Amino acid sequence: MEKLTFDYPASGEKPKRAHVGVVGSGDLEILLEPSVDERAHVTIQTSVTGFADTWKAVLDRFFAGYKEAASFDIRDCGATPGTVAMRLQQAIEVSRS
Amino acid sequence: MTTATQLPEEVLALSARRSYIELNARARATQLLDPGTFRELLGPFDRIESPWLPMQGIVPQSDDGCVVAKGTIDGKPALAIALEGKFQGGSIGEVCGMKMAAALALARQDCECGISTGAVLSLESGGVRLQEANIGELVIAEIYAELIALRQHVPVIVVVAGMTGCFGGMSLAAGLASYVVMTRQARLSMNGPEVIEQEAGIEELDARDRPLIWNICGGAQRYATGLADMLVEDDAAEIAQAVRTLFKKGRPAILRSDPQELYVERLKQLDPAQPWTAEQIRESWKERAR
Repeated sequence: MEKLTFDYPASGEKPKRAHVGVVGSGDLEILLEPSVDERAHVTIQTSVTGFADTWKAVLDRFFAGYKEAASFDIRDCGATPGTVAMRLQQAIEVSRS
Repeated sequence: MTTATQLPEEVLALSARRSYIELNARARATQLLDPGTFRELLGPFDRIESPWLPMQGIVPQSDDGCVVAKGTIDGKPALAIALEGKFQGGSIGEVCGMKMAAALALARQDCECGISTGAVLSLESGGVRLQEANIGELVIAEIYAELIALRQHVPVIVVVAGMTGCFGGMSLAAGLASYVVMTRQARLSMNGPEVIEQEAGIEELDARDRPLIWNICGGAQRYATGLADMLVEDDAAEIAQAVRTLFKKGRPAILRSDPQELYVERLKQLDPAQPWTAEQIRESWKERAR
C-alpha cells in the first residue's frame, strides 16, 4: 500500500460532501468534502505502489477544470486511470445533485 | 409497428426489472427500507474503519464494508444491515462486525422498551476476515448472541442475493435468522467451494464446476431442501416485497435452528462413500421444507 497527497489551488466555492465507489478490485472509493482551507486537497491510499506520476497526471487534468475548495479522500484498489477519472466526475455529480 | 411490441412479454418484464444483485450495500439497505426513511448510522464520513488492515498493507474502506441503517418497513421501525461483498469479500472484521452486533443490540433494546424493531440483513460474505482473525471471530459470536436475543421479539430476516454468496460465519448467522430469502444466483454454505477444493483437493470438489456447486449450495437447492424460506428473482422490488411479506407473517413457530435432532439424523444417513445427487437430497429432505 502507498499513501500519496496532492494539493491544488482553488478559487471556487466549497462543495457539498459526496461518497461514491467501493474499495473493490479495479475500483476505488472517494469521499468528497469541503476543504478546511481555500485549497483543494487529495489524499490517496492505493494498493498499487509506484504510480505517483500516473496519479499526478490524472489529477492535474481533473483539477484543470475543477476549482472548488474540496478535500478528496481516495481509497484505491487497483483502478485504471479511466476508472479514477470517472469516479472523480461521479463524485462531483453527486455533490451537486 | 414499433420494435417493443414485437418482443415477447417475458423479455419486456426482464427489461423493466431492476437488479438487486447489481446494487451496492448502501443501495440495498435503502431498497429494503420504506422509500425516504433510510438513515445511516456510522456512515462513511464518520470514518469508523478497520485499524488492522493498513498495518498489513491493505487499503481500508470508510464504512468497513458494512452499512447499518435505521428506517421503517411498512411504516414500522426497522433496522437494515447490508454487507458489501466487493470489499474484502464481505469479510467480517472487528469494526464491521461490531457495527452489526451493536445495531442488533439497539434494536433488541428498543423491542424491550416496547418499540418493536425488526431487522433485515443483506449478507454477502466470505466469513471472518482472516487479517483480523480472532477479533473477527469474537464479534461474530456477539452477532450470534444478539440475533438469538432479537429473534425472540421480532422476525430477523436474512437476504442472500449473490454474487459473493454467504459463507463461513455469516452462513451460521443466516441459520439463526427467522427467515432466509434467496435468489437462484445466491449461494449459502458453511465452507465455500474454493476453500473445500483448496483443503481437500480437486477430487473432493471441483470449485469451477458451477452446476455442481449451485446444486449443492445454490438458492434453488437451498429452498427445495428447506434451508431457505423464499426463492425470489433478482428484482429489487420483489426482494423488498418478500421482506415485507415475511415481517407481516411475524415470528415463525419453529426456528430453523430448533430441530437439532433432525439434522443429526440427516448426517447419520449420509454415506460419504456414495455421494448423493442434488435430486436425492431434495427428495429425502423435502418433507421438512417449509
